[in-house]
Amino acid sequence: MNGTRISQTRGLTAIDGAMALIVLLLVVQMWLLSATLDAYLAGHDDAALPGAVISDVLFLACGGLYLFVIRQEKLRRVSGASEET
Amino acid sequence: MEPEKPTETSPEQGSGTGDRPLWREEFSIYKADERYVSRRQLTKFLTLTSLAMFAGNAWILVKSWFRSRVSYSERAIARAGEIPVDGVKLFEYPGTEDQCILVRTGEDRYVAFSQKCTHLSCAVYYSAAHHRIECPCHEGYFSIEDGSVLQGPPTRPLPRVILERRGVDLVAIRMEVEKEAR
Repeated sequence: MNGTRISQTRGLTAIDGAMALIVLLLVVQMWLLSATLDAYLAGHDDAALPGAVISDVLFLACGGLYLFVIRQEKLRRVSGASEET
Repeated sequence: MEPEKPTETSPEQGSGTGDRPLWREEFSIYKADERYVSRRQLTKFLTLTSLAMFAGNAWILVKSWFRSRVSYSERAIARAGEIPVDGVKLFEYPGTEDQCILVRTGEDRYVAFSQKCTHLSCAVYYSAAHHRIECPCHEGYFSIEDGSVLQGPPTRPLPRVILERRGVDLVAIRMEVEKEAR
């Protein structure tokens, strides 16, 4: 019972860390979008491609962290079920 | 005190992860599970926001790609002497929805710009008294010589229509979007 609670706390801490990282990536992505839009409106097309590529990478990182959160939840369900049976 | 978890689920309830029904994964009756569900849902929302940001960047990429490939057709927009000195004529160029303004600034001198303010797209007009192009919305002023910003909220110059005189006709050749200095 105590072991379950410790692993649950660790899982939640890991998820909280992943969420904080996603928020950080989102802030960077928002800045990137506004900077790219500003450059585009100023007539500079050369910033569009790097902006899109970096934004794609950041989105994939967010997706990876989302999968990590799902995995953590599944692990918690599996460990919770095995300890109950 | 959490209720005891059931070890079996009825088959008609459908299955989510493992033996659990799908609805129980989203609406858990257990407090411990609920912490995970709420975090997962928030993470999903944040990831979708990230997708929206990427879509915005991709949209800019597509727009800039099309902008670099736009072709301008030559079109006669007015006849020389058709408008008086300090007079204006509105016309559409290059598309039918792109309003432009032609100004006769001297006996034999014509300039043309896009009529859309580079701040918030209000229609600009020519002020003969001040010899400049003005935006009535937020008092942005542009030079009549080259469309550069004189004052106000706009930071970018007006796109200029390059004109060529062919006999008595004034022909619009292309648009020139002057790049803002970085």
